[in-house]
Amino acid sequence: MAEKKYIIKQVSIFSENKPGRLAAIARALEEAGINILAFSIAEANGFGVVRALVNKPEKAHDCLTKLGFMISFTDVIAVAMRDEPGGLFEIARILGDAGVNIEYSYAYSGKDAAVLILRVDQVEEGIDRILAAGGKLLSVDLFQ
Amino acid sequence: MMMWDPRVEEMPVEDVKKLQYRLLKTLVYRLYSFSDFYHTRMREAGVHPDDVRTLGDITKLPFMHKSDLRDNYPNRIFTAPQEEIARYHVSSGTTGKPTVVGYTANDLELWTTSLARALTSCGVGRGDVFQVSYGYGLFTGGLGLHYGVERVGATVLPTSTGNTERQIELMQDLHVTAIACTPSYLMHLGETAGKMGISIANDTDLRLAVLGAEPWSEQMRKKIQENLGIKAYDIYGTSELSGPMFTECAEQNGIHIWGDIAYPEIIDPETGEQLPPGEKGELVMTILKKEALPMIRYRLGDITSLDDSVCACGRTSPRITRIRGRVDDMLIVRGINVFPSQVEHTLMGIPEVDGSAFQIEVDRRGALDSMLVRVEMSKEAFSDKINELMKVRAKVVHQLKSSLNVAADVELVAPGTLPRFEGKAKRVIDRRVY
Repeated sequence: MAEKKYIIKQVSIFSENKPGRLAAIARALEEAGINILAFSIAEANGFGVVRALVNKPEKAHDCLTKLGFMISFTDVIAVAMRDEPGGLFEIARILGDAGVNIEYSYAYSGKDAAVLILRVDQVEEGIDRILAAGGKLLSVDLFQ
Repeated sequence: MMMWDPRVEEMPVEDVKKLQYRLLKTLVYRLYSFSDFYHTRMREAGVHPDDVRTLGDITKLPFMHKSDLRDNYPNRIFTAPQEEIARYHVSSGTTGKPTVVGYTANDLELWTTSLARALTSCGVGRGDVFQVSYGYGLFTGGLGLHYGVERVGATVLPTSTGNTERQIELMQDLHVTAIACTPSYLMHLGETAGKMGISIANDTDLRLAVLGAEPWSEQMRKKIQENLGIKAYDIYGTSELSGPMFTECAEQNGIHIWGDIAYPEIIDPETGEQLPPGEKGELVMTILKKEALPMIRYRLGDITSLDDSVCACGRTSPRITRIRGRVDDMLIVRGINVFPSQVEHTLMGIPEVDGSAFQIEVDRRGALDSMLVRVEMSKEAFSDKINELMKVRAKVVHQLKSSLNVAADVELVAPGTLPRFEGKAKRVIDRRVY
């Protein structure tokens, strides 16, 4: 399946909303020589979920698990966006028209283009639609 | 010194003991003959009513526990037929099934009499306006006090709980002189009044409070008396005994237990041995005249000691000192009994969390208790979606609320992050200062 190469493993880490928790995660990744490529925190009262794309997801999973963190992999996709007004609209419209729901997303400004990380309810459908509309997806090997 | 019934309140100690022996003997014979429950209990303990030849022989009789009431839910230990039952009250059921208590007309009369004596001893009478801010309904506090206050000829203001600002307005408008509620609610009332620009000490006629249903200390009494400019008296009772029955007198030096109504003992909770006056242990009470739901040697779980010296007020009945704690790990949060075992039981029923790893933190915010339950999530329940986690949290909040009858804040934590215990788990961090 062609879609496979666009499905990226995001690490999702549960974290109590307390001083020092993010520092503990970041230090563990540093010590394991893992680079964080994209990153976001979603917070609720008392706890949060740290979401990150890293260059060595399996290794990140192992070292954080050893430290007692609750961690899971989540399939996400990364879309290159035009870094100008309307870039986000284009992608959101494609998915919206296709009935694919965006559960959450975060963005970062990459070297060549802006990158939108998306967690959608129908991953393969989302990939197909974006490709069919001429969009550009970042492949998984860029994140490993 | 005003007394409601000087004949019994000042009765010489020797005469009280004779009276108690007679009442106990009658009670034991009656129950051995007419109660399956007590008959079986006494047979199992190898004791016959004829073995009770002195008051001290009460120690031959078996104890009764709260579990006996639960195991015989709702009314299988009652010794009066339904048509003789004048009222039911029901406990909150914090530790599982609720317990139902019943009263014949005579039982209600005895309860009211006990409180009439108690309220008189702390100076409540005709001319007083008495605000009852305990809950009315299944809880014994509201209705119990209500009838006691009526009996002494004071005016009752049955505000029940809640709607604090209105309670303060009424206190001013109707010139309330006395109030019964939990000590923390009275503090809250004082604070709320302050926010409304009203000083309880200067702008109301309140002069005394009868406080109970939760533990409180001498320091708290001092604070209440100073801040609100009133006298604060301790009250004791539980639904199994009838409800609130006994209070301190004006001397504020222990709670008088009327000798013709109840026989208190202090035991070593481990061995069950009776302890002498002055020694700290578990309170055990025998209510000498109850009809619907008799209580022989009922273990209350409260830690206190007995003072049998004659009180400076002239009353001869023994007094129990301030409750110093519990034999079990029961917590009282906003006047409601909370057992960590019940929290555990509830959490165990929720697959998204690990019910064996939790911690309860209790604090006092302003004058009110707040409870936080921290619980480890199970690995399977972890989701990268915040709303999924919020749903888990909401579920735990909801289920705790419905089983404990008191709201708890909930914090989800990662597996393995709460302390583990080798021996007895220390589940509770209680930071309240009474």
